[in-house]
Amino acid sequence: MKYLLVLSVVLMPFISKATNGDQTLADEIEEFDATELIQHHIADSHDFHLFDYNGDSYSLPLPIILWTKNGLVTFMSSEFKHDEDASVVVEKNGQEFVRYHGNIYYADAFASKVEGEHFEAPSVMDFSQRPVNFSITKNVFSLILSVILIFVLFNAVAKSYKKNDGAPKGLTGFLEPLVIFVRDEIAIPNIGEKKHGKFMPYLLTVFFLIWVNNLFGLIPFFPFSANLTGNIAFTFTMATITFLITIFSGNKNYWGHIFNTPGVPLWLAPIMIPVEIMGMFTKPIALMIRLFANITAGHIIILSLVSLIFIFKSVFISPVSGAFVLFMSALEILVAALQAYVFTLLSALFIGQAVEEGHH
Amino acid sequence: MNFVAPESLIFWTTAIFIVFFFLLKKFAWKPILEAVKKREESITDALASAENAKREMANLKADNEKLLAAARAERDELLKEAREIKEKMIADAKNIAEAQGEKIIAQAKATIESEKAAAVADLRNQVSSISIEIAEKLLKEQLANKEAQSNLVEKMLEDIKLN
Repeated sequence: MKYLLVLSVVLMPFISKATNGDQTLADEIEEFDATELIQHHIADSHDFHLFDYNGDSYSLPLPIILWTKNGLVTFMSSEFKHDEDASVVVEKNGQEFVRYHGNIYYADAFASKVEGEHFEAPSVMDFSQRPVNFSITKNVFSLILSVILIFVLFNAVAKSYKKNDGAPKGLTGFLEPLVIFVRDEIAIPNIGEKKHGKFMPYLLTVFFLIWVNNLFGLIPFFPFSANLTGNIAFTFTMATITFLITIFSGNKNYWGHIFNTPGVPLWLAPIMIPVEIMGMFTKPIALMIRLFANITAGHIIILSLVSLIFIFKSVFISPVSGAFVLFMSALEILVAALQAYVFTLLSALFIGQAVEEGHH
Repeated sequence: MNFVAPESLIFWTTAIFIVFFFLLKKFAWKPILEAVKKREESITDALASAENAKREMANLKADNEKLLAAARAERDELLKEAREIKEKMIADAKNIAEAQGEKIIAQAKATIESEKAAAVADLRNQVSSISIEIAEKLLKEQLANKEAQSNLVEKMLEDIKLN
Protein backbone atom coordinates (compact mmCIF):
# COMPACT_ATOMS: atom_id res chain seq x y z
CA MET A 1 0.00 0.00 0.00
CA LYS A 2 2.81 2.36 0.92
CA TYR A 3 4.47 1.59 -2.41
CA LEU A 4 1.28 2.33 -4.27
CA LEU A 5 1.02 5.73 -2.61
CA VAL A 6 4.64 6.54 -3.44
CA LEU A 7 4.09 5.37 -7.00
CA SER A 8 0.97 7.47 -7.51
CA VAL A 9 2.77 10.56 -6.22
CA VAL A 10 5.69 9.88 -8.51
CA LEU A 11 3.46 9.28 -11.52
CA MET A 12 1.19 12.31 -11.09
CA PRO A 13 3.45 15.00 -12.52
CA PHE A 14 4.03 12.88 -15.63
CA ILE A 15 0.33 12.50 -16.17
CA SER A 16 -0.39 16.24 -16.06
CA LYS A 17 2.48 17.07 -18.30
CA ALA A 18 1.53 14.44 -20.86
CA THR A 19 -2.05 15.69 -21.03
CA ASN A 20 -0.88 19.30 -21.36
CA GLY A 21 1.43 18.29 -24.17
CA ASP A 22 -1.29 16.43 -26.00
CA GLN A 23 -3.67 19.35 -25.72
CA THR A 24 -1.21 21.94 -26.92
CA LEU A 25 0.02 19.77 -29.78
CA ALA A 26 -3.46 19.13 -31.13
CA ASP A 27 -4.62 22.65 -30.25
CA GLU A 28 -7.85 21.12 -29.04
CA ILE A 29 -8.96 18.28 -26.79
CA GLU A 30 -8.83 15.32 -29.06
CA GLU A 31 -10.11 11.85 -28.41
CA PHE A 32 -7.21 9.90 -26.91
CA ASP A 33 -6.16 7.11 -29.26
CA ALA A 34 -4.33 4.37 -27.31
CA THR A 35 -3.69 2.29 -30.43
CA GLU A 36 -1.90 5.12 -32.16
CA LEU A 37 0.16 5.91 -29.08
CA ILE A 38 1.18 2.29 -28.69
CA GLN A 39 1.93 1.86 -32.39
CA HIS A 40 4.02 4.98 -32.28
CA HIS A 41 5.98 3.75 -29.26
CA ILE A 42 6.76 0.27 -30.52
CA ALA A 43 7.60 1.40 -34.05
CA ASP A 44 11.01 2.49 -35.25
CA SER A 45 11.58 6.20 -35.81
CA HIS A 46 13.87 8.65 -37.57
CA ASP A 47 14.00 10.89 -34.49
CA PHE A 48 15.04 9.90 -31.01
CA HIS A 49 12.41 11.53 -28.85
CA LEU A 50 13.94 12.97 -25.67
CA PHE A 51 11.17 14.82 -23.83
CA ASP A 52 8.26 17.21 -24.22
CA TYR A 53 8.48 20.65 -22.71
CA ASN A 54 5.75 23.28 -22.85
CA GLY A 55 4.00 21.37 -25.55
CA ASP A 56 7.11 21.20 -27.70
CA SER A 57 8.68 17.88 -28.47
CA TYR A 58 12.46 17.71 -28.19
CA SER A 59 14.29 14.97 -29.97
CA LEU A 60 17.75 13.93 -31.06
CA PRO A 61 18.00 14.16 -34.85
CA LEU A 62 19.37 11.04 -36.49
CA PRO A 63 21.06 10.81 -39.89
CA ILE A 64 18.86 9.89 -42.83
CA ILE A 65 20.65 7.94 -45.54
CA LEU A 66 18.62 7.36 -48.72
CA TRP A 67 19.44 5.50 -51.87
CA THR A 68 17.29 7.39 -54.34
CA LYS A 69 16.74 7.18 -58.08
CA ASN A 70 19.57 9.72 -58.41
CA GLY A 71 22.00 8.11 -55.98
CA LEU A 72 22.87 8.61 -52.34
CA VAL A 73 21.20 11.41 -50.37
CA THR A 74 21.94 12.16 -46.71
CA PHE A 75 20.54 14.74 -44.29
CA MET A 76 19.52 14.97 -40.66
CA SER A 77 16.02 13.98 -39.60
CA SER A 78 15.58 17.39 -37.93
CA GLU A 79 14.91 18.84 -41.41
CA PHE A 80 11.44 17.27 -41.31
CA LYS A 81 10.71 19.40 -38.21
CA HIS A 82 8.86 16.55 -36.44
CA ASP A 83 6.41 16.31 -39.32
CA GLU A 84 4.87 12.88 -39.86
CA ASP A 85 2.08 13.96 -42.18
CA ALA A 86 3.85 14.62 -45.50
CA SER A 87 3.42 18.37 -45.13
CA VAL A 88 7.11 19.37 -44.77
CA VAL A 89 8.98 18.83 -48.02
CA VAL A 90 12.74 18.45 -47.83
CA GLU A 91 14.58 19.21 -51.03
CA LYS A 92 17.95 17.51 -51.53
CA ASN A 93 19.92 16.75 -54.66
CA GLY A 94 17.09 18.07 -56.85
CA GLN A 95 14.64 15.64 -55.26
CA GLU A 96 11.83 16.25 -52.83
CA PHE A 97 11.12 14.02 -49.83
CA VAL A 98 8.31 13.90 -47.33
CA ARG A 99 7.79 11.85 -44.21
CA TYR A 100 4.50 10.14 -43.63
CA HIS A 101 3.96 8.05 -40.48
CA GLY A 102 7.65 7.40 -40.05
CA ASN A 103 8.47 6.47 -43.61
CA ILE A 104 10.19 8.70 -46.11
CA TYR A 105 8.62 8.95 -49.59
CA TYR A 106 9.20 10.93 -52.75
CA ALA A 107 7.04 14.03 -52.49
CA ASP A 108 5.30 13.06 -55.77
CA ALA A 109 3.58 10.15 -54.02
CA PHE A 110 1.68 12.67 -51.92
CA ALA A 111 1.03 15.24 -54.62
CA SER A 112 -2.66 14.38 -54.70
CA LYS A 113 -3.00 14.57 -50.92
CA VAL A 114 -5.54 17.13 -49.74
CA GLU A 115 -5.22 18.58 -46.24
CA GLY A 116 -7.76 17.15 -43.83
CA GLU A 117 -8.89 14.30 -46.05
CA HIS A 118 -8.02 10.66 -45.62
CA PHE A 119 -5.16 9.67 -47.84
CA GLU A 120 -4.16 6.08 -48.63
CA ALA A 121 -0.35 6.07 -48.33
CA PRO A 122 1.61 4.02 -50.83
CA SER A 123 2.80 0.62 -49.68
CA VAL A 124 6.00 0.60 -47.66
CA MET A 125 7.34 -2.09 -50.00
CA ASP A 126 6.72 0.00 -53.15
CA PHE A 127 10.20 1.30 -53.95
CA SER A 128 8.94 3.37 -56.88
CA GLN A 129 7.20 5.62 -54.34
CA ARG A 130 9.98 5.83 -51.77
CA PRO A 131 13.79 5.66 -51.78
CA VAL A 132 15.61 2.69 -50.30
CA ASN A 133 16.28 3.73 -46.74
CA PHE A 134 19.56 3.03 -44.97
CA SER A 135 19.04 5.60 -42.24
CA ILE A 136 20.41 5.31 -38.75
CA THR A 137 17.02 4.99 -37.12
CA LYS A 138 16.28 4.88 -33.42
CA ASN A 139 16.63 1.08 -33.44
CA VAL A 140 19.93 1.19 -35.33
CA PHE A 141 21.15 3.81 -32.88
CA SER A 142 20.16 1.56 -29.99
CA LEU A 143 21.80 -1.43 -31.65
CA ILE A 144 25.08 0.48 -32.05
CA LEU A 145 24.89 1.61 -28.44
CA SER A 146 24.26 -1.90 -27.14
CA VAL A 147 27.04 -3.31 -29.29
CA ILE A 148 29.51 -0.77 -27.93
CA LEU A 149 28.40 -1.49 -24.36
CA ILE A 150 28.72 -5.25 -24.77
CA PHE A 151 32.09 -4.90 -26.47
CA VAL A 152 33.48 -2.59 -23.79
CA LEU A 153 32.23 -4.86 -20.99
CA PHE A 154 33.50 -8.12 -22.40
CA ASN A 155 36.75 -6.66 -23.65
CA ALA A 156 37.37 -5.52 -20.08
CA VAL A 157 36.54 -9.04 -18.88
CA ALA A 158 38.92 -10.56 -21.43
CA LYS A 159 41.69 -8.20 -20.34
CA SER A 160 41.13 -8.93 -16.66
CA TYR A 161 42.45 -12.46 -17.16
CA LYS A 162 45.87 -11.11 -18.07
CA LYS A 163 46.15 -9.34 -14.72
CA ASN A 164 44.35 -11.78 -12.49
CA ASP A 165 45.06 -15.48 -12.72
CA GLY A 166 43.07 -16.45 -9.67
CA ALA A 167 39.36 -16.46 -8.90
CA PRO A 168 37.33 -13.94 -10.98
CA LYS A 169 36.52 -10.69 -9.24
CA GLY A 170 34.34 -7.64 -9.90
CA LEU A 171 32.96 -7.35 -13.44
CA THR A 172 34.53 -10.66 -14.44
CA GLY A 173 32.98 -12.36 -11.44
CA PHE A 174 29.58 -11.13 -12.58
CA LEU A 175 29.83 -11.74 -16.33
CA GLU A 176 31.92 -14.91 -16.44
CA PRO A 177 29.15 -17.09 -14.92
CA LEU A 178 26.86 -15.89 -17.73
CA VAL A 179 29.40 -16.95 -20.34
CA ILE A 180 29.80 -20.30 -18.58
CA PHE A 181 26.01 -20.60 -18.39
CA VAL A 182 25.75 -20.22 -22.18
CA ARG A 183 28.50 -22.80 -22.61
CA ASP A 184 27.37 -25.40 -20.06
CA GLU A 185 23.57 -25.03 -20.23
CA ILE A 186 23.01 -24.05 -23.87
CA ALA A 187 25.91 -25.00 -26.13
CA ILE A 188 27.21 -28.28 -24.69
CA PRO A 189 23.84 -30.02 -24.05
CA ASN A 190 22.52 -29.14 -27.53
CA ILE A 191 25.56 -29.21 -29.79
CA GLY A 192 27.74 -31.62 -27.89
CA GLU A 193 31.05 -31.48 -26.08
CA LYS A 194 33.09 -32.02 -29.25
CA LYS A 195 31.58 -29.48 -31.64
CA HIS A 196 30.29 -26.70 -29.40
CA GLY A 197 33.52 -24.66 -29.49
CA LYS A 198 33.03 -23.52 -33.06
CA PHE A 199 29.57 -22.09 -32.37
CA MET A 200 30.25 -20.57 -28.94
CA PRO A 201 31.15 -17.08 -30.23
CA TYR A 202 27.89 -16.91 -32.21
CA LEU A 203 25.72 -18.13 -29.34
CA LEU A 204 27.37 -15.77 -26.86
CA THR A 205 27.01 -12.81 -29.23
CA VAL A 206 23.35 -13.56 -29.88
CA PHE A 207 22.57 -14.15 -26.22
CA PHE A 208 24.09 -10.92 -24.96
CA LEU A 209 22.92 -8.83 -27.92
CA ILE A 210 19.31 -9.90 -27.46
CA TRP A 211 19.38 -9.72 -23.69
CA VAL A 212 20.95 -6.27 -23.53
CA ASN A 213 18.56 -4.93 -26.18
CA ASN A 214 15.56 -6.49 -24.42
CA LEU A 215 16.62 -4.63 -21.28
CA PHE A 216 17.35 -1.41 -23.20
CA GLY A 217 13.80 -1.57 -24.54
CA LEU A 218 12.44 -1.62 -21.00
CA ILE A 219 14.29 1.50 -19.88
CA PRO A 220 11.82 4.28 -20.70
CA PHE A 221 14.20 7.18 -21.43
CA PHE A 222 17.00 8.29 -23.75
CA PRO A 223 19.32 6.73 -24.88
CA PHE A 224 17.39 3.51 -24.34
CA SER A 225 13.68 2.83 -24.91
CA ALA A 226 14.10 1.69 -28.52
CA ASN A 227 12.05 -1.41 -29.23
CA LEU A 228 14.76 -3.18 -31.22
CA THR A 229 14.13 -6.81 -30.24
CA GLY A 230 10.39 -6.20 -30.66
CA ASN A 231 10.97 -5.24 -34.28
CA ILE A 232 10.33 -8.03 -36.73
CA ALA A 233 13.02 -6.79 -39.13
CA PHE A 234 15.62 -7.29 -36.41
CA THR A 235 14.36 -10.70 -35.31
CA PHE A 236 14.12 -11.66 -38.99
CA THR A 237 17.79 -10.82 -39.47
CA MET A 238 18.86 -12.71 -36.35
CA ALA A 239 16.79 -15.76 -37.28
CA THR A 240 18.19 -15.63 -40.82
CA ILE A 241 21.74 -15.70 -39.47
CA THR A 242 20.90 -18.75 -37.35
CA PHE A 243 19.25 -20.34 -40.40
CA LEU A 244 22.31 -19.71 -42.58
CA ILE A 245 24.65 -21.12 -39.94
CA THR A 246 22.39 -24.16 -39.65
CA ILE A 247 22.32 -24.95 -43.36
CA PHE A 248 26.01 -24.17 -43.93
CA SER A 249 27.16 -26.35 -41.06
CA GLY A 250 24.66 -29.11 -41.89
CA ASN A 251 26.43 -32.42 -42.41
CA LYS A 252 25.55 -35.48 -44.51
CA ASN A 253 23.38 -36.81 -41.73
CA TYR A 254 21.31 -33.59 -41.59
CA TRP A 255 20.69 -33.43 -45.35
CA GLY A 256 20.06 -37.16 -45.35
CA HIS A 257 17.24 -36.63 -42.88
CA ILE A 258 15.68 -34.03 -45.16
CA PHE A 259 15.99 -35.70 -48.55
CA ASN A 260 15.93 -39.33 -47.56
CA THR A 261 14.48 -39.66 -44.09
CA PRO A 262 15.73 -42.95 -42.69
CA GLY A 263 13.07 -45.57 -42.08
CA VAL A 264 10.53 -43.97 -44.39
CA PRO A 265 9.52 -45.94 -47.52
CA LEU A 266 10.59 -44.41 -50.82
CA TRP A 267 7.04 -43.85 -52.11
CA LEU A 268 6.45 -41.39 -49.24
CA ALA A 269 9.34 -39.20 -50.46
CA PRO A 270 7.08 -36.82 -52.48
CA ILE A 271 5.31 -35.98 -49.21
CA MET A 272 8.27 -36.21 -46.85
CA ILE A 273 10.70 -34.01 -48.77
CA PRO A 274 8.38 -30.94 -48.96
CA VAL A 275 7.47 -31.42 -45.30
CA GLU A 276 11.12 -31.60 -44.27
CA ILE A 277 12.03 -28.59 -46.40
CA MET A 278 9.17 -26.68 -44.86
CA GLY A 279 10.52 -27.75 -41.48
CA MET A 280 13.87 -26.15 -42.32
CA PHE A 281 12.14 -22.80 -42.70
CA THR A 282 9.54 -23.03 -39.96
CA LYS A 283 12.25 -23.35 -37.33
CA PRO A 284 13.86 -19.93 -37.95
CA ILE A 285 10.43 -18.41 -38.59
CA ALA A 286 9.30 -19.62 -35.17
CA LEU A 287 12.47 -18.13 -33.75
CA MET A 288 11.73 -14.80 -35.43
CA ILE A 289 8.08 -14.62 -34.38
CA ARG A 290 8.68 -15.77 -30.81
CA LEU A 291 11.15 -13.04 -29.92
CA PHE A 292 9.26 -10.35 -31.81
CA ALA A 293 5.89 -11.30 -30.32
CA ASN A 294 7.11 -11.67 -26.75
CA ILE A 295 8.87 -8.34 -26.60
CA THR A 296 6.21 -6.44 -28.53
CA ALA A 297 3.48 -7.95 -26.36
CA GLY A 298 5.31 -6.86 -23.23
CA HIS A 299 5.63 -3.31 -24.52
CA ILE A 300 1.98 -3.22 -25.61
CA ILE A 301 0.80 -4.41 -22.21
CA ILE A 302 2.83 -1.83 -20.32
CA LEU A 303 1.77 0.98 -22.68
CA SER A 304 -1.87 -0.12 -22.49
CA LEU A 305 -1.75 -0.03 -18.70
CA VAL A 306 -0.33 3.49 -18.82
CA SER A 307 -2.98 4.45 -21.41
CA LEU A 308 -5.71 3.34 -19.00
CA ILE A 309 -5.17 6.59 -17.12
CA PHE A 310 -5.90 8.61 -20.25
CA ILE A 311 -8.75 6.40 -21.35
CA PHE A 312 -10.50 6.77 -18.00
CA LYS A 313 -9.39 10.43 -17.85
CA SER A 314 -8.96 10.04 -14.12
CA VAL A 315 -5.91 10.48 -11.95
CA PHE A 316 -7.37 8.00 -9.47
CA ILE A 317 -6.82 5.12 -11.81
CA SER A 318 -3.08 5.82 -11.72
CA PRO A 319 -2.29 3.81 -8.54
CA VAL A 320 -3.91 0.74 -10.05
CA SER A 321 -2.30 1.34 -13.39
CA GLY A 322 1.05 2.06 -11.76
CA ALA A 323 0.92 -1.12 -9.70
CA PHE A 324 0.21 -3.18 -12.79
CA VAL A 325 2.96 -1.41 -14.73
CA LEU A 326 5.36 -2.15 -11.91
CA PHE A 327 4.35 -5.80 -11.91
CA MET A 328 4.58 -6.05 -15.70
CA SER A 329 7.94 -4.31 -15.77
CA ALA A 330 9.30 -6.81 -13.26
CA LEU A 331 7.88 -9.61 -15.37
CA GLU A 332 9.37 -8.09 -18.51
CA ILE A 333 12.82 -8.05 -16.92
CA LEU A 334 12.41 -11.80 -16.48
CA VAL A 335 11.08 -12.16 -20.03
CA ALA A 336 14.05 -10.14 -21.36
CA ALA A 337 16.48 -12.74 -20.00
CA LEU A 338 14.17 -15.65 -20.79
CA GLN A 339 13.68 -14.72 -24.45
CA ALA A 340 17.42 -14.18 -24.94
CA TYR A 341 17.91 -17.62 -23.40
CA VAL A 342 15.20 -19.22 -25.54
CA PHE A 343 16.50 -17.68 -28.76
CA THR A 344 20.03 -18.86 -28.00
CA LEU A 345 18.83 -22.26 -26.83
CA LEU A 346 16.80 -22.87 -29.98
CA SER A 347 19.63 -21.60 -32.18
CA ALA A 348 21.93 -24.07 -30.43
CA LEU A 349 19.33 -26.80 -30.82
CA PHE A 350 18.97 -26.21 -34.58
CA ILE A 351 22.74 -26.05 -35.04
CA GLY A 352 23.03 -29.18 -32.90
CA GLN A 353 20.60 -31.02 -35.18
CA ALA A 354 22.57 -29.90 -38.22
CA VAL A 355 25.95 -31.12 -36.95
CA GLU A 356 24.70 -34.24 -35.17
CA GLU A 357 26.44 -37.46 -36.18
CA GLY A 358 24.17 -40.27 -37.33
CA HIS A 359 23.61 -43.01 -34.78
CA HIS A 360 21.53 -45.54 -36.68
CA MET B 1 1.72 -2.86 -38.11
CA ASN B 2 3.57 0.21 -39.19
CA PHE B 3 6.98 -0.68 -40.58
CA VAL B 4 9.50 2.10 -40.59
CA ALA B 5 12.18 1.41 -43.19
CA PRO B 6 12.60 -2.31 -42.49
CA GLU B 7 15.38 -2.54 -45.08
CA SER B 8 17.41 -0.05 -43.07
CA LEU B 9 17.21 -2.10 -39.90
CA ILE B 10 17.90 -5.36 -41.76
CA PHE B 11 20.90 -3.82 -43.48
CA TRP B 12 22.37 -2.26 -40.36
CA THR B 13 21.63 -5.28 -38.17
CA THR B 14 23.43 -7.55 -40.63
CA ALA B 15 26.38 -5.18 -41.05
CA ILE B 16 26.74 -4.34 -37.36
CA PHE B 17 26.20 -7.93 -36.30
CA ILE B 18 28.92 -9.24 -38.59
CA VAL B 19 31.45 -6.60 -37.55
CA PHE B 20 30.48 -6.92 -33.89
CA PHE B 21 30.64 -10.71 -34.06
CA PHE B 22 34.19 -10.77 -35.38
CA LEU B 23 35.35 -8.05 -33.00
CA LEU B 24 33.84 -9.84 -30.01
CA LYS B 25 35.14 -13.18 -31.17
CA LYS B 26 38.68 -11.85 -31.36
CA PHE B 27 38.75 -9.50 -28.37
CA ALA B 28 36.27 -11.07 -25.97
CA TRP B 29 34.97 -14.59 -26.49
CA LYS B 30 38.22 -16.25 -27.48
CA PRO B 31 40.31 -14.86 -24.62
CA ILE B 32 37.47 -15.38 -22.13
CA LEU B 33 36.75 -18.95 -23.15
CA GLU B 34 40.45 -19.76 -23.29
CA ALA B 35 41.08 -18.26 -19.87
CA VAL B 36 38.11 -20.13 -18.40
CA LYS B 37 39.23 -23.36 -19.99
CA LYS B 38 42.79 -22.83 -18.83
CA ARG B 39 41.61 -22.17 -15.31
CA GLU B 40 39.36 -25.22 -15.32
CA GLU B 41 42.26 -27.33 -16.52
CA SER B 42 44.59 -25.88 -13.92
CA ILE B 43 42.02 -26.59 -11.19
CA THR B 44 41.65 -30.18 -12.39
CA ASP B 45 45.43 -30.50 -12.56
CA ALA B 46 45.85 -29.01 -9.11
CA LEU B 47 43.31 -31.42 -7.65
CA ALA B 48 44.96 -34.36 -9.39
CA SER B 49 48.41 -33.32 -8.25
CA ALA B 50 47.15 -32.82 -4.69
CA GLU B 51 45.75 -36.34 -4.82
CA ASN B 52 49.10 -37.57 -6.18
CA ALA B 53 51.00 -35.74 -3.48
CA LYS B 54 48.76 -37.31 -0.85
CA ARG B 55 49.39 -40.75 -2.30
CA GLU B 56 53.12 -40.07 -2.51
CA MET B 57 53.14 -38.89 1.08
CA ALA B 58 51.49 -42.12 2.14
CA ASN B 59 54.02 -44.07 0.09
CA LEU B 60 56.84 -42.06 1.60
CA LYS B 61 55.55 -42.72 5.09
CA ALA B 62 55.34 -46.43 4.40
CA ASP B 63 58.84 -46.32 2.92
CA ASN B 64 60.12 -44.47 5.93
CA GLU B 65 58.66 -47.01 8.26
CA LYS B 66 60.14 -49.80 6.20
CA LEU B 67 63.52 -48.06 6.24
CA LEU B 68 63.25 -47.50 9.96
CA ALA B 69 62.44 -51.14 10.55
CA ALA B 70 65.33 -52.19 8.35
CA ALA B 71 67.68 -49.81 10.18
CA ARG B 72 66.50 -51.15 13.50
CA ALA B 73 67.03 -54.74 12.36
CA GLU B 74 70.48 -53.82 11.06
CA ARG B 75 71.36 -52.15 14.32
CA ASP B 76 70.28 -55.25 16.24
CA GLU B 77 72.32 -57.39 13.87
CA LEU B 78 75.34 -55.16 14.30
CA LEU B 79 75.02 -55.20 18.05
CA LYS B 80 74.75 -58.95 18.06
CA GLU B 81 77.77 -59.29 15.82
CA ALA B 82 79.74 -56.89 17.96
CA ARG B 83 78.85 -58.87 21.03
CA GLU B 84 79.93 -62.05 19.32
CA ILE B 85 83.17 -60.53 18.18
CA LYS B 86 83.81 -59.22 21.66
CA GLU B 87 83.23 -62.62 23.16
CA LYS B 88 85.37 -64.27 20.54
CA MET B 89 88.15 -61.77 21.06
CA ILE B 90 88.06 -62.29 24.79
CA ALA B 91 88.11 -66.04 24.35
CA ASP B 92 90.97 -65.82 21.84
CA ALA B 93 92.93 -63.52 24.05
CA LYS B 94 92.41 -65.89 26.94
CA ASN B 95 93.64 -68.81 24.87
CA ILE B 96 96.64 -66.95 23.57
CA ALA B 97 97.48 -65.69 27.03
CA GLU B 98 97.20 -69.17 28.44
CA ALA B 99 99.42 -70.59 25.71
CA GLN B 100 101.92 -67.80 26.17
CA GLY B 101 101.91 -68.27 29.91
CA GLU B 102 102.51 -71.95 29.54
CA LYS B 103 105.29 -71.31 27.11
CA ILE B 104 106.89 -68.77 29.44
CA ILE B 105 106.53 -71.14 32.33
CA ALA B 106 108.10 -73.93 30.26
CA GLN B 107 110.93 -71.64 29.26
CA ALA B 108 111.40 -70.55 32.85
CA LYS B 109 111.44 -74.16 33.90
CA ALA B 110 114.08 -75.00 31.29
CA THR B 111 116.17 -72.00 32.32
CA ILE B 112 115.88 -73.00 35.94
CA GLU B 113 116.91 -76.58 35.03
CA SER B 114 119.93 -75.43 33.09
CA GLU B 115 120.90 -72.94 35.77
CA LYS B 116 120.50 -75.61 38.31
CA ALA B 117 122.71 -77.98 36.29
CA ALA B 118 125.31 -75.25 35.89
CA ALA B 119 125.14 -74.46 39.57
CA VAL B 120 125.51 -78.17 40.43
CA ALA B 121 128.45 -78.47 38.08
CA ASP B 122 130.02 -75.36 39.51
CA LEU B 123 129.40 -76.64 43.02
CA ARG B 124 130.89 -79.98 42.11
CA ASN B 125 133.98 -78.26 40.75
CA GLN B 126 134.31 -76.12 43.78
CA VAL B 127 133.67 -79.07 46.10
CA SER B 128 136.32 -81.11 44.28
CA SER B 129 138.84 -78.32 44.39
CA ILE B 130 138.03 -77.66 48.00
CA SER B 131 138.25 -81.43 48.67
CA ILE B 132 141.61 -81.54 46.95
CA GLU B 133 142.78 -78.60 49.00
CA ILE B 134 141.49 -80.24 52.11
CA ALA B 135 143.06 -83.52 51.08
CA GLU B 136 146.32 -81.71 50.34
CA LYS B 137 146.25 -80.07 53.67
CA LEU B 138 145.26 -83.29 55.31
CA LEU B 139 147.92 -85.22 53.53
CA LYS B 140 150.45 -82.60 54.35
CA GLU B 141 149.58 -82.94 57.95
CA GLN B 142 149.16 -86.72 57.95
CA LEU B 143 152.27 -87.41 56.06
CA ALA B 144 154.32 -85.37 58.26
CA ASN B 145 155.28 -88.51 60.18
CA LYS B 146 156.82 -91.67 58.59
CA GLU B 147 154.45 -94.20 59.77
CA ALA B 148 151.45 -92.52 58.24
CA GLN B 149 153.34 -92.36 54.94
CA SER B 150 154.13 -96.03 54.94
CA ASN B 151 150.52 -96.92 55.85
CA LEU B 152 149.30 -95.01 52.95
CA VAL B 153 151.60 -96.49 50.52
CA GLU B 154 150.61 -99.91 51.70
CA LYS B 155 147.03 -99.12 51.35
CA MET B 156 147.56 -97.80 47.86
CA LEU B 157 149.44 -100.83 46.95
CA GLU B 158 146.58 -102.97 48.11
CA ASP B 159 144.24 -100.96 45.91
CA ILE B 160 146.52 -101.50 42.93
CA LYS B 161 146.49 -105.21 43.60
CA LEU B 162 142.82 -105.18 43.55
CA ASN B 163 142.87 -103.65 40.15
